[in-house]
Order: sequence, then C-alpha cells, then structure tokens
Amino acid sequence: MWELIQQNKRKSWVLFIMMGACLALLGYLVGAAYAPPDGGVAGLAIALFIWMLLSIISYFSGDSIMLSISGARQITSDVHPQLFNVVEEMKIASSMPAMPKVYIIDEAAPNAFATGRKPQSSAVAVTAGLLSRMNRDELQGVVAHEMSHIQNRDVMFMTFAGIMLGSIALISQVFLRGAFFSGGMSGRVRTRGSDRGGGQGQAIIMIVALVFAILAPIMARLLYFAISRKREYLADASAARLTRYPEGLASALEKLSKSTEDLPRANNITAPLYIVNPLKKAGAKLSNLSSTHPPVEERIRVLRTMAGGAGFLQYQEAFNRVTGSKSKLIPQSGLKDSAQAAIRTGSVDAGAPVTQTKRTVDDLVRAVNGFVFLTCTCGLKAKIPPDFKKESFPCPRCGSVLRVPTAELATAAAMASGLARDANGVPQEHPQLQRMTYHRKGSGWESLSCACGKTIQLSPQFSGSKLVCNGCGREITIER
Amino acid sequence: MIGAIIIVGLIFIVAMFLIGIYNSLIKLRNQVKNAWSQIDVQLKRRHDLIPNLVETAKGYMKHERQTLENITAARSKAMSAESVGDKGRAEGELSAAMSKFFLVVENYPDLKANQNFLALQEELTSTENKIAFSRQAYNDQTMFFNNKIEMFPSNIVAGMFGFKQAEFFEIEDKAEKAVPKVDFS
Repeated sequence: MWELIQQNKRKSWVLFIMMGACLALLGYLVGAAYAPPDGGVAGLAIALFIWMLLSIISYFSGDSIMLSISGARQITSDVHPQLFNVVEEMKIASSMPAMPKVYIIDEAAPNAFATGRKPQSSAVAVTAGLLSRMNRDELQGVVAHEMSHIQNRDVMFMTFAGIMLGSIALISQVFLRGAFFSGGMSGRVRTRGSDRGGGQGQAIIMIVALVFAILAPIMARLLYFAISRKREYLADASAARLTRYPEGLASALEKLSKSTEDLPRANNITAPLYIVNPLKKAGAKLSNLSSTHPPVEERIRVLRTMAGGAGFLQYQEAFNRVTGSKSKLIPQSGLKDSAQAAIRTGSVDAGAPVTQTKRTVDDLVRAVNGFVFLTCTCGLKAKIPPDFKKESFPCPRCGSVLRVPTAELATAAAMASGLARDANGVPQEHPQLQRMTYHRKGSGWESLSCACGKTIQLSPQFSGSKLVCNGCGREITIER
Repeated sequence: MIGAIIIVGLIFIVAMFLIGIYNSLIKLRNQVKNAWSQIDVQLKRRHDLIPNLVETAKGYMKHERQTLENITAARSKAMSAESVGDKGRAEGELSAAMSKFFLVVENYPDLKANQNFLALQEELTSTENKIAFSRQAYNDQTMFFNNKIEMFPSNIVAGMFGFKQAEFFEIEDKAEKAVPKVDFS
C-alpha cells in the first residue's frame, strides 16, 4: 500500500514543481520589469518568500483554517452515533493509526471533506444535508472516500498546491494593477530604463512580464485542477477497495449530483477538498479542463462497471473501459493486490425509505447547538435546551419524572459556544479555579456536588472523562 | 587509498539499504499483529453489547424466550472458547443466533420504536461491520507483508533474519460468513 502512496506522491511532486517554476518565473519577470539590472533576483526571492510564509502557516494551521472557514463544528459520538461508527469502521478498514475527529457543517447542501496533514491527526467533516439523505452504505462510501484522501496524503498536497496557486494569483494581481492603473509607476520605469540606454530591452521584458502575469494564474489553475481530478479518481478507487462495495459510493454520488444547492462557504481554493464540487452553478458550464472534479456521471459509471472485485485492478479496468483512455491511474504496485478483494453485498435494502428526515436533521442541528437528548422509559426523546434551568421535569407523554443530566447539558452548551477548548473539547475557562476529581461509583444515575455547592447529575449514558460545572465553570475530572 | 574509500562507501550504502528493508519488514509485521488484535477487540465488544440487548428486548419479546436464551448461551460459549478453531465456530454460532434475532424483531414494532433498542441496534450493526473490516484489514496487511517477503530484494533480508509469512484469516464456518442482516427501515 505504501508503495502506492509513494508513487502517487512522486507524480504529484512533478506537477507541484511545475507550479513552483511558474511562481518563480513570474516573480523573476515582475522584478526584472520593475527594477531593470538585478531586480529579477529580488522578485524571485520575494515570490518564494511569500510562498514559503503561506506554506508554513498552512502546514501548521491549515486544517483549523479549513474547518473554520467551512463553519464546521466538532461533535461527540452521542450527537450522531452512526456517523461516528462509520468513521471508526473505515479507520479500522484502512488501518489508520488514529481516529479522525468528526465535524458536522450546518448546511443543507450535501457534501463532505477531509483535512489534516497526516493520518495521525486528521478530521472528517460532513454537512447535515448529507446525513439526512444517505443510508448507511452510502455514508460509508462517502466517509471512505474522504479517509482515502487522508491516507493518500492528498490533503496536505492539495493545501500546498492551493497556496501556490494563491500566491501566483496574488503576485500577478498586484503587478497587473500596478502596471495598468498607476501610469506614473510604469512611466517612471520606462524613463529610468531609457536613461540607461536599455529602453528597447526593458520594454520587451515589460511586455513578457505582462503576458506572463496574465497567463500564469490560468496555467497554475489548470495544473491545480488536473492534480485535483486525478486525486478524486484515486480516492474513489481506494474507497471502493476499503468498503468492498462500490455501489455504496456510486449511489451516494448519484444523490450528491442531484442536489442543486451551493455551499455558500466554499470557494475555488477549498473546492477540491470536497467530495463533489461544492460550487455547482459556477462549475456547471465550464469545460472539463477547468473543473476541480471529474464529471460525477463518469465517476458513477466507473464504479458501477467494476466487475469481479473491488480492488484497484478492477477499478483501473473499469476506468479504462468507461473513459476509453489507456492512462494508468494507479501505479503498477497497487494493481497486484486485487486478487482477494471480492465485492460484498449491501447491508441496507435498496428501497429503504429515508425515514423522519426532517426530524433527524433538526435534532442534529439541536445537538450541535448544545441541546441534550434524554430518552424516557416510554421511548419518548426529550430535547433539553442548553439554558434549561430545572433539575427535573415530567415526561410529556407518560408523566414520569425525568431528571435532567445537568453535567452533560453544561458540557454540551460549552462545546456549542465556540470557547477555547483543549484536546478533549472541554473549554479552558476559569483556569484559576482548582480542579476537582470525582470517582464514579457505578454506571447508573449519580449526583455529585461541586465545590461551589452546585449539584450535578450524571446520567448512565455519560461517557466523558471531564465535565464543566455550570455554576462556577470549574473543570471536574470523572474517573471510574 | 581511494580504492579503500570506495569500498568502505559501498559497504556503507549497502548496509543502509539493508537496514531500511529490515525496518520496513518489522513495521509491516507489527501492523499485521496490530490488525490481529483489532479483531479480538471487536469480538469482545460484541460480547459486551449482548447482555444490554437481551435486557432491552426481554420486556417486549415475551414469546421469544428461546431466541434470547440461544443468544445468551452462544455468547457464553464464545467467551469461554479457548482454541482458535473453537472460537471461530462459537463466534459463528453467535452470529447465526443474532441474525435470527434480528429477523424476529420485525414482528415487534414497539421494540423497534424504542430509542434504546435503536441505539443498541446501531451499535451491534457497527460492531458486526467492524469485525468484518478488521478481518479485511488483517488480510490486507498480511498480503503486504507476504508480498514484501517474497519480492526481491527484500526477500534476501527476510531470509537472513527468518521472517515467516503470516497466515490469512479464512472463514470456515458458513454461519460465520453470513453477517446478520440488520434492517434500518
């Protein structure tokens, strides 16, 4: 497997270097056009400096930037156990070293993306719209596709390439504006150039720089999209192999392609990270060359024509059959291991209707916003808002008294309000308060009293290791 | 003098090359071991979930005492199984009992509406999937490891240090092969 990743990395590096050359040349030409004798070198240095600075920033905080611009919120397994389970299943199937964090985006458009520069620390985010439309197998397909992006190191690569594209666009924008809108600037350059007697050559350099400044962003964009498209196919192939069930991803893609909503928070640079192009209206009419994702219909057809197994070999064959091209999508080393990857049968009836869609999505949004759910013995699911003050209330259906899990409520509310959090998602507030430790006696209902006098009730479902008192904000460690 | 330096350099390069291969073999072997322990983790998780399931279902399924008793019996048998062969068979019986149970559940709409039961059902479905996927991951890792042992040049290093091929996890029992079908409709 890692040979495949290795080869994949190598090919991508070539494209990556080509984009780097593009940036360096642009920097050189712009510099040469502005300051004739040796400005080229300075321009080159500035271009590379911008790129390096942005790359370092994106390397260390790229995933949190991506998650925050998409409006994703981290969830715990109580919010959506199925999503959590599916992610864990795929983590096991791909032998990933650590469980990715799971995020939900409160958007109606179905989509998903993955982020994280290495498999040890990664995150998977899906929209609420996706969860409401997919059955279990389809969700599995989508999650497998996203985790493949992490596994194949696509995320880091696409982030770097995106940064490169961004810096090229930035430099050429600045240069073009300078050249076109401030006549004094270009005039001064020309005068100074002719004073030194190199007027003719200088004008030529200026024209070349102008042309290149216009072309470079376009070229870089085409290259970027070419890398992106190939990686989508590869992630599809890996997803089919991981789930052993290409139909799951195929029907998920079908559902995704039928939706017409745009993701308002996505943009050109973040688009390749999503499973399907989140900018449908913009991308619909553009040609094949300038789209970040391969046509969805083609991806579906490739997945559905896979015959005799779910391995890389079968995907490669299906790909060649459908597209009619002979291009090698998957390196030779990946093709050998396909012998025993038999397609399994689906676990969900194909005709199973999506039940209670509206209610499920509403609950999900409630959970993300800090609501806590309490299931009564009569089966009713009570939804408790984060600002609920009482400690118990009668069940609206059967009248039996329900005790409010105040600990969970406080923790959920703190999670939902975007406070600074530590690794466990517990807000780091009031650090001056002394921490408390509470030893759980059993697994049933228990109440503990905080040092501030507040009584906190723990429900049997509470599985966290820390909670925050809603009276004083003190952090209480739960041991069992 | 120059000849000596070249020879020392060559030896150094070859040694680094061999060390690299040896380390990657060790890494692969550990991954195989780790994948194997994952299977055990998931089987244990299934054993832990079953008492809850039986407890939840008992109140609703008064006429299915036999089905529930079968599950409990199969569980304790699987838990006490010692050898790998016994274990495989016992887990197979447990899977069969579970799939029968989930078929019977269809006749109890009250049970299917119970939130606790739904949560348990999701957990069990997921655990069945995780068992299947951890097996799949184990076989995948085993294949990478075995390929590495067979292929040149790593086969030389593998032979030198006595790396043995790992065994694939094959399913013998038919019942074991049939993962219980859980319906979410």
